Amino acid sequence: MTISRRGVLIGSAGVAAGAGAIGWQMLGDEAPSATLGGADVARGHRLRDGRFPESSRTEEVGIAIVGGGVAGLSAGWTLADAGVDDFALLELEDEAGGNARAGRNAVSQYPLGAHYLPVANAEAKALHHLLERLGIIIGRETDGAPRYDPYQLCADLQERVLWQGKWHEGLIPSSGLSRRDRDDLSAFHSAMEAFRLAVGNDGKPAFALPMAYSSSDTAFTALDVVDFASWVAAQGWRSPALLAHLRYCCRDDYGCEPDQISAWAGIHYFAGRRGWAASDVADNVLTWPEGNARLTRGMASAFPDNIHTGRTAFHIARTNDTVLIDSFDVASNSSIRTVARAAILAMPHFAAARIAPELVGEAAGFSYAPWLVANVTLDRPPAGHGAALAWDNVGFVGESLGYVVATHQDRALGNAATVVTWYMPLSGGDPAAQRRELLSRPAEHWRDMVVADLLRTNPELDGAIRDVALWRWGHAMVRPTPGFITRTAPAARAGTTPPLFLAHSDISGLSLFEEAHYRGVDAAEGAMRLLGHAHESRI
Amino acid sequence: MGENPRADGPNTRPSPLVIALLVSVFVVATCGLVYELLASTIASYLLGDSVTQFSTVIGTYLFAMGMGSWASRYVRDGAELALFVRVEMMIALVGGCCAAMLFMLFPFVASFRVVLYGIVFLIGAFVGLEIPLLMRILRGRYSFGETVSNVLTFDYVGALAASLLFPLLLVPQIGLVRTGFLFGLMNIAVAIAVLWLLPKRSAHLADKVAAGAIALLLLGGMVGADWLQRWAEDALYQENVIYAVSTPYQRIALTRGNGDLRLYLNGNLQFSSRDEYRYHEALVHPAMGRVAHHANVLILGGGDGLAAREVFRHEGVEHVTLVDLDPAMTRLFSSSSILTALSHGALTDPRMHVINADAFGWIRTSRERYDVVIVDFPDPVDYGVGKLYTDSFYRELARVLAPHGIVAVQSTSPLVAPRAFWTVATTMEAVGFSTRAYHAYVPSFGEWGFTLAALDDIPQTARILPGNRFLNAATEQRMFDFPPDMARRSVDVNRLDNQSLVRTFASEWAAYDN
Repeated sequence: MTISRRGVLIGSAGVAAGAGAIGWQMLGDEAPSATLGGADVARGHRLRDGRFPESSRTEEVGIAIVGGGVAGLSAGWTLADAGVDDFALLELEDEAGGNARAGRNAVSQYPLGAHYLPVANAEAKALHHLLERLGIIIGRETDGAPRYDPYQLCADLQERVLWQGKWHEGLIPSSGLSRRDRDDLSAFHSAMEAFRLAVGNDGKPAFALPMAYSSSDTAFTALDVVDFASWVAAQGWRSPALLAHLRYCCRDDYGCEPDQISAWAGIHYFAGRRGWAASDVADNVLTWPEGNARLTRGMASAFPDNIHTGRTAFHIARTNDTVLIDSFDVASNSSIRTVARAAILAMPHFAAARIAPELVGEAAGFSYAPWLVANVTLDRPPAGHGAALAWDNVGFVGESLGYVVATHQDRALGNAATVVTWYMPLSGGDPAAQRRELLSRPAEHWRDMVVADLLRTNPELDGAIRDVALWRWGHAMVRPTPGFITRTAPAARAGTTPPLFLAHSDISGLSLFEEAHYRGVDAAEGAMRLLGHAHESRI
Repeated sequence: MGENPRADGPNTRPSPLVIALLVSVFVVATCGLVYELLASTIASYLLGDSVTQFSTVIGTYLFAMGMGSWASRYVRDGAELALFVRVEMMIALVGGCCAAMLFMLFPFVASFRVVLYGIVFLIGAFVGLEIPLLMRILRGRYSFGETVSNVLTFDYVGALAASLLFPLLLVPQIGLVRTGFLFGLMNIAVAIAVLWLLPKRSAHLADKVAAGAIALLLLGGMVGADWLQRWAEDALYQENVIYAVSTPYQRIALTRGNGDLRLYLNGNLQFSSRDEYRYHEALVHPAMGRVAHHANVLILGGGDGLAAREVFRHEGVEHVTLVDLDPAMTRLFSSSSILTALSHGALTDPRMHVINADAFGWIRTSRERYDVVIVDFPDPVDYGVGKLYTDSFYRELARVLAPHGIVAVQSTSPLVAPRAFWTVATTMEAVGFSTRAYHAYVPSFGEWGFTLAALDDIPQTARILPGNRFLNAATEQRMFDFPPDMARRSVDVNRLDNQSLVRTFASEWAAYDN
């Protein structure tokens, strides 16, 4: 028996050497580095659980803005633009920007969340004004239509979708669909076009963006009562391709499944956008390597001295004519009381309800979709059969929403390294349970999921994935569940009165830049009216 | 094995021969699977449709193995070891060379599949013969159960090693052709080891010589793999490839044959030395001859230096700035003597300033003004190159143009792709240029088009240098005449966000190529 053992030993040595070489190769190539980031959970949870020291200092200010995401920055920018300087913006994180923040590495800047803004509708007057001041709208045609900076409009190719092993231009495959698919897609698009053009009995568009300009005609608002999936089924549309496309769209804009949101919200995605612009760019979007941080940084640069980061507002109360905001200052490890004549609450509604319960009312009915975003550094750009690499690259089926190329706008020729931003809403079930899973799993778990998903759509990237920077958004988007837009959100808006003003896309129910901006401007104008500051209204 | 005088029984030390045979099972199994994977991969590369290729190659291979096993019944008892060595040598020869053979034969044979499946069958049959032979050789050493166990264990472990090594290490690190030779060498090493361990007999001398010859052949293949690859590429280009390199941006290939020097980028012809003078005279002189002052010239693209050669023929040129993406390209054309002879050393002229950058980004940061700009980009084959033909790019071009300056743009074929051709003029006019389109016949390209552009009126006539081979005052004027098949079309402005040119260009050339 020594014979065979020895034989086996000698053979095993060869196998071991081979396996060692393979193992080394796999370690060298197959395990990109992974980092884990996200909204400051410790600071957020301290609000829920923790105790803060009594305020040891007091500062006085005309207007306080609590929260420095898109809504808070839009409010601040509006004040600064109107010549108001007596205001302070308190932000919990170390950097303002909210969901629009960005990161960067040696290869590129990249978005951590929101990454584009569609060409704005005609009714979005305040947004046009901002885009003009930021140099994104560079002129007007004789009919007033804005002319956008071509370098900031998304360059061709905008979108491609992977279907049956081949990339197709657009978000819907151009071949390999059944007759049923084509019929239902066509019927769906006709129905959406009709909604896009529909006007209610009050003369307002059925679906507007900002949504506040939408008609209150019950013919349309009644759609908020049913869920989108049921409404689609009731129209007799059962095409798998249509349902896959609708699922993608709902998860893309709301982080939700079609049966979790109202039909009004679902239709709004397709019928609410009527981009207004010179030349045929109406359907295009604006995008930048750093995503919407271009917009938030642009706004913040107008009033840098008014922004105070690392300030956790933990209690808000009011006297007869002032608002008292207690906030914990991380840098000095002490609390500060801000006495303001008006306050704009530009934080998520669940947080506002927690720190100002008697002023804001409860946040029952508000729920939030958790998201995972991964910025993946690649040694070479993705490729694939069919349509060339686009800005937005989507697998027609699958749990992720695909990836956006951060370097798309100034992509160098050749096979230079790039960063792609990979998105996935955790929409499969109860959001709180999904949020716990998002926060409890280790970086390696999510990295492996991101890598596997990328290699599924782009197997040629094997060995080219260098780094995966993960970002967890526990409360990424408010969920427009049935009844939210027509009942819950209006009740929340009505529950707060001057000198407090709510400003967050949560009180619209649609987590969109346009909504956050509108709510911020609206609140800033309300505060200016209250305090007697002259200003031109753009609402 | 009766003929072995030191027949080992159980419980005694294994002879080196037995160890060599057991290791050889492992090597043989690894090599066998590698050849199968090589043939499948090459067939997929050359013929496409990887599912079909892998499926048919593997099927043929397994069937051939069965045939080999079946044939082993006709091997006489006692002849197994000698035959095993010869089979091993044959596998080393056919398997080792299979990758190189498949690549080299592909351009020449009419029915490549016959060759492919023939080679696969041959290797499979020999490999199928190996395992039964080994079992019979070893059966005297172990019980039947142990022999089967030993042989099959090494066989399957070897298969695992091959299937992991092939995609992870072999293909990315050493390439297909070299992988073939490397595993052929392993096969021949097994044969030589067994030959050496056999009892000394002069009968094996011929085998030893043959094994040595095969080993030398395979070693030669390992060393000459690059040369073989280039030779195969020659067959593809129908000319001698004298230089080929893959850069981060493109595949550059230079060919020469019958006194003709050609440059290919990504397989697309850029110039032929026989008629490039037509192209470059037409590109450069109409613009240069229409400005009074051309001290400062900008060339975008044109890393071969041939446009620059024509520019330097004009008196009064003080500075030429040439912006080309690929440093490998400008380095090659600055250093190779046959290429500098063609460009008259334009790239190393003291007045020349070469910048390696993406012209799209470079021009946005450029602060200088140029009297003449020669735009010689590749055709708009993809969105990356397409950016260089957009209104945004031409707006920047207008900014760097001196007052009364003039631009010439290579604009693809107005005959093959008239809509793409007229998109250039339409787009330039959209940003304020006036344009005049013209065309020339370049035999290796066909009918080729250019666009002159200026911010004020473009003079009707040009001063044309004496000494041109193609252009004189009369031929120059004729270039501006467009017959109906190339006449102006109404087309969209090419913008970054629509890239209409890339789409138009692709559809027009696809229609032409079919």
